[in-house]
Amino acid sequence: MRPFDYARASSPADAVRRYRPGTMYLGGGTNLVDLMRLGVARPEHLLDVSRLPLDAVEEVRGRLRVGAAVRNTDLAAHPLVRARYPMLARAVLTGASGQIRNMATVAGNLLQRTRCAYFQDVSRPCNKRRPGSGCPAIEGDHSNLAVLGHSGACVATHPSDMAVALAALEAEVHVTGPGGDRIVPMPGLHRLPGDTPERDTVLEPGDLVTAVELPPPPPGASLYRKVRERASFAFALVSVAAVLDVAADGTVAGCRIALGGLAHAPWRAERAERELIGRPATGGTFLDAAEAELEQARPLPRNAYKVPMARDLIVNTLEELAP
Amino acid sequence: MNRVEGRVKVTGLATYAAEYPVEGVAYAYPVQSLIAKGRVARVDAAAALAMPGVLAVLSVADPPELAEDADAELALFQRPEVAYRGQIVAAAVAGTYDEARAAADAVRVEYETADHDVSLRADHPGLYRPEVVNPGFPSDTEQGDLEGGLAGAATVVDVTYTTPVLHNNPMEPHAALAVWDAEGILLVYDSTQGATTDRDMIAKTLGLPPGRVRVVARHVGGGFGSKGTTRPQAVLAALAARVTDRPVKVALTRQQMFDVTGYRTPTIQRLRLGADGEGRLTALEHVAYEQSSTLKEFAEQTAVPARVMYATPALRTAHRLVRLDVATPSWMRAPGECPGMYALESAMDELACAAGIDPVELRLRNEPETEPDSGLPFSSRNLAGCLREGARRFGWERRDPEPGVRRDGEWLIGTGVAASTYPARRSPCQAVARVRDGGFLVQVAAADIGTGARTALTRIAAETLGVAPGRVHVELGDSDLPAAPVAGGSMGTASWGSAVVRACEELKKDGREGRADTTEEVGQDSELARHAFGAQFAEVRVSAVTGEVRVSRLLGVFAAGRIVDARLARSQFVGGMTMGLGMALMEETLTDEEFGGFLRRDLAQYHIPACADVPDVEAVWLEEEDERLNPMGSKGIGEIGIVGTAAAIGNAVHHATGHRVRELPITPAKMVMTRF
Repeated sequence: MRPFDYARASSPADAVRRYRPGTMYLGGGTNLVDLMRLGVARPEHLLDVSRLPLDAVEEVRGRLRVGAAVRNTDLAAHPLVRARYPMLARAVLTGASGQIRNMATVAGNLLQRTRCAYFQDVSRPCNKRRPGSGCPAIEGDHSNLAVLGHSGACVATHPSDMAVALAALEAEVHVTGPGGDRIVPMPGLHRLPGDTPERDTVLEPGDLVTAVELPPPPPGASLYRKVRERASFAFALVSVAAVLDVAADGTVAGCRIALGGLAHAPWRAERAERELIGRPATGGTFLDAAEAELEQARPLPRNAYKVPMARDLIVNTLEELAP
Repeated sequence: MNRVEGRVKVTGLATYAAEYPVEGVAYAYPVQSLIAKGRVARVDAAAALAMPGVLAVLSVADPPELAEDADAELALFQRPEVAYRGQIVAAAVAGTYDEARAAADAVRVEYETADHDVSLRADHPGLYRPEVVNPGFPSDTEQGDLEGGLAGAATVVDVTYTTPVLHNNPMEPHAALAVWDAEGILLVYDSTQGATTDRDMIAKTLGLPPGRVRVVARHVGGGFGSKGTTRPQAVLAALAARVTDRPVKVALTRQQMFDVTGYRTPTIQRLRLGADGEGRLTALEHVAYEQSSTLKEFAEQTAVPARVMYATPALRTAHRLVRLDVATPSWMRAPGECPGMYALESAMDELACAAGIDPVELRLRNEPETEPDSGLPFSSRNLAGCLREGARRFGWERRDPEPGVRRDGEWLIGTGVAASTYPARRSPCQAVARVRDGGFLVQVAAADIGTGARTALTRIAAETLGVAPGRVHVELGDSDLPAAPVAGGSMGTASWGSAVVRACEELKKDGREGRADTTEEVGQDSELARHAFGAQFAEVRVSAVTGEVRVSRLLGVFAAGRIVDARLARSQFVGGMTMGLGMALMEETLTDEEFGGFLRRDLAQYHIPACADVPDVEAVWLEEEDERLNPMGSKGIGEIGIVGTAAAIGNAVHHATGHRVRELPITPAKMVMTRF
């Protein structure tokens, strides 16, 4: 680990004021400290924002406001989250391990970086870590990487489970920064790689996430399902966050689907959603919708499995949600 | 009896290699090769040496003195040639760990790069037949008319199985702390599976008489074989301490452990089995293809268990090796037996399916009278007993042989069986027992790598002396103690225990002290086929939606001689079976074809089973009397638990889904792509 200085911010405004080039905000540190040890992240100034008074979960005019420094464990256990957004609680609980969830924060979870093996190994090229150095994953190990929205520069995936649920719930990310305060709707926080994969999100230098606000839960039943190689402590090969509202006549009145493990960002399956609305809530409709979404998939030789896996998981999840 | 060192371990007082308090300690951090093949052209250490706290940079630019015949993996900085990506080519030494690490990062190494080859293939032009396979078996054996046996068979199975690179991941990283005293005696606190053997190897590498080196390893946080041979951290610590004239500590990172502490070779294994109408083997061929490095030959004994298992008139086993631009493979829990029995026991399941015979019954029908390859009588062999008892406990008689038909919602359910075997050896060992403070002190340079060796030896000594275990203190983990073989090959307890028994017997005669050296006794052991056996039963659930495989039940029944301590034994069996579950479903280190070296070198990416993956693992054993093995009548238990587990799980996956995955690990990706 290279030398760096460390300071604690006293308020969000203080954090933004003290931001300068070479600064990184430190939340729970469960990803950033790892990346510093690996030499992937090399901040000169570490500004600790984990103790800012941003650790409350509170109801604001029917919406749920989750502070950026709320720990994942506390978020998943919060009575309002469990009662109104069980899908979010479940998504958070499928992530990482109990120890990590005790440390990890909401903002840190959203801003965690890809687990692509090339990104994490500074001795190998990676366009995300060192722009212009190349993407060996495209020819090499991409077996866990993206099939949707990737580019010739990067096939990394976003690792968060929580973000996938937030994308389906149309959460809003509250940001403060040198340019003032603003709101970024999910899933718009994360970017697709294009030819600038080094930028994970639309945040600008100095921007600080202060909260995530959840609109009232959409009507219908919801579910988060995750496929992984072991029963806990593994990133998703594919995950689905789905909300399904079925009308009295058995047709789909509303639905939201977000996919994880497939792209550089939580992937809102808008094509599938359009395909579903107004049609009977049955397996055939679900299959059509899943296939419509996955027509855009561009799998590589070693991750082709993700397409049928995602298709079957979408169909099965919707079937579970259908009355 | 509780674990003797349980209290110091759970209270954090037990001291591991990197934890000994030493004044004025410095830290060394390795610089690893960024190329897979070529040579180091230039090392620029100027920037590193100018950094705060930096004491030295070691590299090939100024080769430190080592013995000319040093082991090629340990001959640090001696030659500019690079044999694999990740090889240690330099090291920075500084006053703190972070200073050393930052300095290592600042060392500039220039290379002349050559084209590399890191891919094992069954048609590789560089394949050859090694003279012997680990630890000294003949490479090839052949008896009877193989082709005739296959041609005349009612059922033939011809299948190829592959296993990936696997890595030991002990909890305690490989670490060493080296201290030279004023007389030039080297003390190394090393994380090792054998203080005596490690001392000898460090001495040989440095060109010192063994009497000038002492290795201390009182507590070792696991090894599984990766600490069974001396590893570079010990040599690096010694060299850095010599150069800087300070004690030096080296603790490898998890990522570095993947590069320089050995691994299980990937294998490609072709099995050809023929059977008559009753399922009796007419021919069995097992050919294994494996890799080693260009530095040295390590040939794993993958096809050797086939020489032990089943009666057949024609038996051929062979090993072929190719030297690639990779690190040298080494021991990993049950080297050879584990991947070899995975393939053999999977192929036996395929034979059972093809012949329409129950897989337990098939194995029973092929029980040999004597060891098939050698013709030697078995000291004891209770495989049939393990299979029958396991089948009874597992509820095997209710099994529907039809694959792919049992469903619970989206989950397909299946069961599988496989046999296990592992050699029961012992090696010469010395021990001393004496009366002290109203109790007894027993000394032997054994290593307790978390298996409970201290506790087992305390029990063995107490039983021999006829006193309560609380009156016996066993001292181990120090090369200054009576010489002992390595904690490996499942022969630790048998070897050390034999010496402890003899020393305690001498003490009883003498009244004050007893000394033992079992060299002669072991040399006089009658020639017998000595093996432990077992039967593994697995029940799996496979999601028809996601391809996820979950093991809902594992049962192992073992015949391993007299069990010295039931609690320790259960831990070893269950641990081995859990590791076998990891091998079946998740463990795999990927080789980077483009740049060489390994990818996914941490425990977030190299998946081993989490608690949620092992809901129900049960290990039981048969009472086995085998007095011809050693004074305890015991067989080793460290490795047999893993052998056969992966095959039982793979066979259960086939039974659940009707699909046979012949490439480990059996991942959701592979299950989905089979579109069962």
